[in-house]
Amino acid sequence: METGLLFQLVLNGLIVGALYGVVAMSFVLIYKASQVVNFAQGEFLLIGAWACWWLLTYWKLPFWIGFPVSLAFMTVFGMVLQVVVLRPLIGEPVISVIMATVGLSIFFQALMKWMFGVFAQPFPPIFPVDQVSIMGLQVQSVYLLSLALSLCIMLGFWWFFSFSRHGLAMRATAFDQQVAQSLGISVPQVFAMSWAISALVSSVAGVVVGVVSGVSSGLSFYGIKVFPAVILGGLDSVVGAMLGGIIVGVLENVAQYVDSQWLNWGNMTNIAPFYALIIILMIKPYGLFGTKNIERV
Amino acid sequence: MALAPAGDFRTSYRADMTIFPTRNSLIAVLLGIAILCAAPLVLGRYEMGLLINIGFMGIAALGLNILVGFTGQISIGHAAFFGFGAFLSAYLHEKFHIPVILCIPLAGIGTAFVGLIFGLPAARLKGLYLAIATLAAQFILEDFFARARWFTGGVAGRMTESVELFGIRFDREESYFYIVLFFTIVMFVMAANLMRSRDGRALIAVRDHYLSAEVMGINLAYYRTLSFAISSLYAGVAGALYGHYLLFVSVEAFNILFSIQFLAMVIIGGLGSVMGSLMGAAFMVLMPEGVQWVADLLAGGWIDRTLKIGGSISFLREMAIGAAIILFLVFEPDGLAHRWKQIKAYWKLYPFSH
Repeated sequence: METGLLFQLVLNGLIVGALYGVVAMSFVLIYKASQVVNFAQGEFLLIGAWACWWLLTYWKLPFWIGFPVSLAFMTVFGMVLQVVVLRPLIGEPVISVIMATVGLSIFFQALMKWMFGVFAQPFPPIFPVDQVSIMGLQVQSVYLLSLALSLCIMLGFWWFFSFSRHGLAMRATAFDQQVAQSLGISVPQVFAMSWAISALVSSVAGVVVGVVSGVSSGLSFYGIKVFPAVILGGLDSVVGAMLGGIIVGVLENVAQYVDSQWLNWGNMTNIAPFYALIIILMIKPYGLFGTKNIERV
Repeated sequence: MALAPAGDFRTSYRADMTIFPTRNSLIAVLLGIAILCAAPLVLGRYEMGLLINIGFMGIAALGLNILVGFTGQISIGHAAFFGFGAFLSAYLHEKFHIPVILCIPLAGIGTAFVGLIFGLPAARLKGLYLAIATLAAQFILEDFFARARWFTGGVAGRMTESVELFGIRFDREESYFYIVLFFTIVMFVMAANLMRSRDGRALIAVRDHYLSAEVMGINLAYYRTLSFAISSLYAGVAGALYGHYLLFVSVEAFNILFSIQFLAMVIIGGLGSVMGSLMGAAFMVLMPEGVQWVADLLAGGWIDRTLKIGGSISFLREMAIGAAIILFLVFEPDGLAHRWKQIKAYWKLYPFSH
């Protein structure tokens, strides 16, 4: 048994898991604010990463300009999406809303393939140093950046929801829309804002993954990987989503290790979270931190 | 709104629950089937292929509609069950030498049992969580297809046999069409009948208000699981028909995009409408043809050159699927079945349609 390898894998899992956690948080943000299960979360990563890539390679912008510009674009994009597609569906059954996001997902996935092709495109190099050695472990500097960014985003979320005016308005809306409205909060505005923030945060994750392993349509799979994470943490818990993401990231890498050492099944990295998902749904469907629905008739 | 002709009053529940409200509607359906039976005489092989596609896609869409439209549960893994049916039918024929025509319903029953396993969470969970559970089922089954070489032939895929009955081989479009037509009619009549029975009404009650349904003595867990099993059964039969039509089943065909296509059929056809499922299937089968037609029209022009349409026709089709889902949800949430009813009502009342 190679403990070194296992340790490295767990570290990788933590780093990837933090990214999952960020995406899961932005997923939960939309769900909490507007009760929409967003199957197009992965496309936010995809579009954000392609936008940044395009600015950097076609317009030869430096990273510190191209990155904020693409983030600004995604913020507007998320808001427009909510206003144009999701707003007419308010009050429709859950199934219709889910289907609309599924439709958005395949539409934008195909659009991105059409515009940028099916092959993975590498980002131009951003950091002077490729790898950093920490306690004898080789870590890519991009990964360090991604970990730092994830932590920043999580802290930002915490601040936003605890202290900022808009964050409190959002929490109030999630708690009770009618009461929020009577307090003078504009609910449609909160909906639009939640989509904007979600798209913004997801695209940060998209750019980070793009810098690490190139931009390709595989990025949208992050949107699917979000589901094990949020089910594990509880659909309506921001903290749970973060923890769920980290657990899924570690689980993936450990499953891969177990697979390569003993089972030799192959492809466990991608499938293990889904087995976990089914098991959690059977035992504890509301997740670790989710609120259990108690219905009064 | 169904408009009965003047003077046609229902005096019993039995009369109110018939599949065909008037004699003319029965005659219309029989006439339609007769015309379809004559179709191979007129249409070419390609058009027959499209009709066959509409047939088995319609069966699968109907299964999904029973789950989504009638019971209010959502499944994003329908293609995986469809694929399981295709492989199971081929496997049963090769391993146990059961005649293919029997393998098709058997594959449906086998798939229903697999559906039961993944439907177990459905017994406890509501629509949203089931959607996520079926998403997991999609990936787990896809992974299983790629791995289980004894069952699916692995990456190489599995060859299947065509249907043979009384010494006749149904291996051409013109002949296989009748097999598909037979199964389509049987499955649609079964579904229409199910919806008139106690079980069918229970499913609708679960959709409309599950708490009231439970208070009225409907076992929620039982009916949710049953609905999932029935939906898998339809998917299995449709998958088997697909497999014996193509004579080759590939592991990679049953991806999530295919599942979403089934959902699109249900949405476009009309949630909770038996005939709507067939309309939705027809729409989804014919839409790629339409996209191709438009692309051919534009071929060579400046639009084609600037947008690179010729080389990316498959992406355009995917985009058309996504756009169709969104546009129907926003502008025509009740689907084609509803539109068809409105057209019928308009002509019945013409010229006094207001």
